[in-house]
Amino acid sequence: MSELALPKIDNSILNRKSEIVKNLSKLTDKENVLSEADELRPYETDALSVYTQTPLAVVLPENTDEVSEILKYCYSENIKVVPRGAGTGLSGGALPLQDAILLGLGKFNKILEIDYKNKCVVTQPGVTNLGITHAVQHKGFYYAPDPSSQLACSIGGNVAENSGGVHSLKYGTTTNNILGVQMVMMDGTICRFGGKSFDQEGYDLMGLICGSEGLLGVVTEVTVKILKTPDVVRAALIGFPSIKEGGDAASEIISSGIVPAGMEIMDKALIEATDNFSKAGYPRDAELLLIVELDGTESEVDELIRKVEAICKKNNCSSLKLSNSEKERLSFWAGRKAAFPACGAMAPDYYCMDGSIPRGKLAEALLEIKKLSEKYELPVANCFHAGDGNLHPLIMFDGNDKEQLRKTEEFGSEILKTCVRLGGVITGEHGVGIEKRELMCEMFNDNDIQQQLSIKKSLDEKNLLNPGKVYPILRKCAEEGRVHVHKNKDKFPDLPRF
Amino acid sequence: MSTKIKINSQIFQDSNNVYYPKDEVEVSDLIRELYEQDSPTEIIGNNSKSFIGNKTQSANTTSLSKISGIIDYRPEELYIKVKACTPINEIDKVLSENSQELAFEPIDFGYIKDGKSNKGTIAGYLSCNYAGSRRFKVGSVRDHVLGFKGVNGKGDIIKSGGTVVKNVTGYDLSKLIAGSFGTLVALTEITLKVLPKKDSSKTVIIYPDNFEQIYDFFNKLSSSSSEISGAVFIPEQSNDKEFSVKRNNVFKFNDLKSKVSFVAFRVEGDKISIEEKINNLKKELELNNSDISTLDVYQSEPFWKKINNLEVFEKTEHNLIRMVIPPANGSKLSKYLENNHNYFIDWCGSLFWIEVNSKKEEKIKDLKKMANDFGGYLTVIKTSSEYDYGEPIFTVDKVRLMISEKVKQSFDPKRILNPGKMYRGV
Repeated sequence: MSELALPKIDNSILNRKSEIVKNLSKLTDKENVLSEADELRPYETDALSVYTQTPLAVVLPENTDEVSEILKYCYSENIKVVPRGAGTGLSGGALPLQDAILLGLGKFNKILEIDYKNKCVVTQPGVTNLGITHAVQHKGFYYAPDPSSQLACSIGGNVAENSGGVHSLKYGTTTNNILGVQMVMMDGTICRFGGKSFDQEGYDLMGLICGSEGLLGVVTEVTVKILKTPDVVRAALIGFPSIKEGGDAASEIISSGIVPAGMEIMDKALIEATDNFSKAGYPRDAELLLIVELDGTESEVDELIRKVEAICKKNNCSSLKLSNSEKERLSFWAGRKAAFPACGAMAPDYYCMDGSIPRGKLAEALLEIKKLSEKYELPVANCFHAGDGNLHPLIMFDGNDKEQLRKTEEFGSEILKTCVRLGGVITGEHGVGIEKRELMCEMFNDNDIQQQLSIKKSLDEKNLLNPGKVYPILRKCAEEGRVHVHKNKDKFPDLPRF
Repeated sequence: MSTKIKINSQIFQDSNNVYYPKDEVEVSDLIRELYEQDSPTEIIGNNSKSFIGNKTQSANTTSLSKISGIIDYRPEELYIKVKACTPINEIDKVLSENSQELAFEPIDFGYIKDGKSNKGTIAGYLSCNYAGSRRFKVGSVRDHVLGFKGVNGKGDIIKSGGTVVKNVTGYDLSKLIAGSFGTLVALTEITLKVLPKKDSSKTVIIYPDNFEQIYDFFNKLSSSSSEISGAVFIPEQSNDKEFSVKRNNVFKFNDLKSKVSFVAFRVEGDKISIEEKINNLKKELELNNSDISTLDVYQSEPFWKKINNLEVFEKTEHNLIRMVIPPANGSKLSKYLENNHNYFIDWCGSLFWIEVNSKKEEKIKDLKKMANDFGGYLTVIKTSSEYDYGEPIFTVDKVRLMISEKVKQSFDPKRILNPGKMYRGV
């Protein structure tokens, strides 16, 4: 991708590398501090692998006190810190910095307590999202948010990104499913927000931390809510002859009072790609495919299925299949879940975008993306969490071709601007990271961004924790004329600009 | 306390010197001027909940009540965008016309204040973040806020969030604003997630034999896949005759034995699934040979209104406490309360509403200690006229207070907005 603007490198830190590594080794087992080139290589990127950087060193602490001591040390020595969970983030939030230590939470991999009476699990942040469900499913419980990377992504990373999944409309995202967090601030202060009870009084600091992309603190423990698995879950696989008819049916399902557990839309390009890849048995003649999942008690689901069927028929669906077994339901999802690898098989590289739009604007958005695809001469396939309005266009390109890289980036950026123009946002669940920093100005004005930076400054006054992420680097924003800078003096000279 | 200052803005002021800005620009102008003059202001909406929280130490009062009206309601997109001080009743009405609702079931604090319904405004409600009986199932007020606009303590108009449920663009300030008691921004616009109203409801009443049984019921109810949307325990309070009479009157329903202790749980949905769920739950709770009553929809709806109006504590002149704890500790707490205070339990065992007689004020300290020990918190929602604020009415620990001060500083560095409403220094 194009040249990335990152915070100015502090050469004095680079020069002190061996001393810093030595000091860090006193704060945790010395085996937990990695500093050789070959040891650092696996940490050079997260799942936005087009950007790579080698960190100064990697530290893998084993408990909260060690995290606190490490942060305290870095704070006093002005060393930047980039926290990292499982490294599955798609927006470059865990991209290392050359003069920063990378703080990996991989060793925080234990579930601490399963409390069925209070319907919660207390876990360390390195435990995977699916690991929580696995720990409680024998008793008929599960953890609701299910990002597609749930097999690998860590719950700490989910908190940092406020991850969602396909069931967000009915069951919410991470912020709606956690009860408490323990967190260490940049100066080493250990704090606890929430616990096992609902709605902590006072400022909702847990709500602020959730989705803050590792800029405000390092989460070292999470208490999540668990839910009882529904009695019956059934899915419907419905093909439509046009985008409009499928989109209208999805809107009508919602406005008729149904809250589906999940509702997904795939366009023709993706139907073909996934069907070729996973042999899911999707209707290949359809222009749009809708998967609706309903859960509840038996009679509840029967009634909902009946309503969904009627709405889809009214909107001229070309095919309609209902799952009659768990195996069949999973087969409906198999293609959708293979969307990313299917695109990966069609082109050397693909770039996954992540915007949200109002559900009713789907046809308009897809039409616009089609036009952009023609303009940039790059193929695109679209999947859409129709329940919650989250759109994931997958742009296919060849990363070895510099011109294609540039065009892909521009294409992606135009898609997200379209989302904002249609009343949506630039990121639904992947986070801003480094990928969408400069697009923040599309959504927020100077006041909005300054308020957010002001919060950052109040909790990390030296701007040491994950700097350069989420908020626009001044130069680019100013060039684009969105932040008013007069004679090189901005409105709040006392505030940091990251 | 600051002295009165002259404000240059041409903003309407009534005979009590309350400012009434009519839009966000006027709110911004006013607060900017107060900021420049270092003169704090109390922020109010319709005054329905202004009795909750500490008294602010400010020379000015700003009412946002003129900033009212529905901006954009999209039933098919499941959101409503309103001006901040739109009355909840107005929102309820328009949602109801489309068979939708605010799922968090707003509490009507008017009854405990002066015995009359007054749900107040959505901004006031969001600022308190006190959800009703459905909370344990659907989340709190903060879980239903998609975005907001408002004015910070420097007079800057700021916004966060949007109209979509999935949005991770920047810090989630909507959560921070919920429950901030107007100490961070003067709200001007709020976007809320709305949900379809369920077709019907029924409430099943069980008469437990002992405390262990109550929490056994609560545990089984919250562990069931047959979803309930409300579960309360209303104890018999025979040691307080006056309260007992009031309680029995409030819960006078044809199909309810109101004079004894009871657990009530609500099932919502279409009629067939309601029956199915009730049958499942009866089996799971082993109720088939027990004495139970069922309230049909015509009794069920008013029953839950009475719960969410806090009608058993109507016009209370004592201290009214709201305590939230993890449900597994509820049994111990209810045993303690039995002989000490009037109370009832909501949220399937998590939320306790406790009335502490003004003569027993020192007991609040004990209760706060219990709340802390049990992993929860308490708030004194309404104070008796004799309350001396010796025991702070909110619960906060040192670290959270320190962080709260920093957050406050980032929104409102000169503490212009509702200073001291929650904590000293915030």
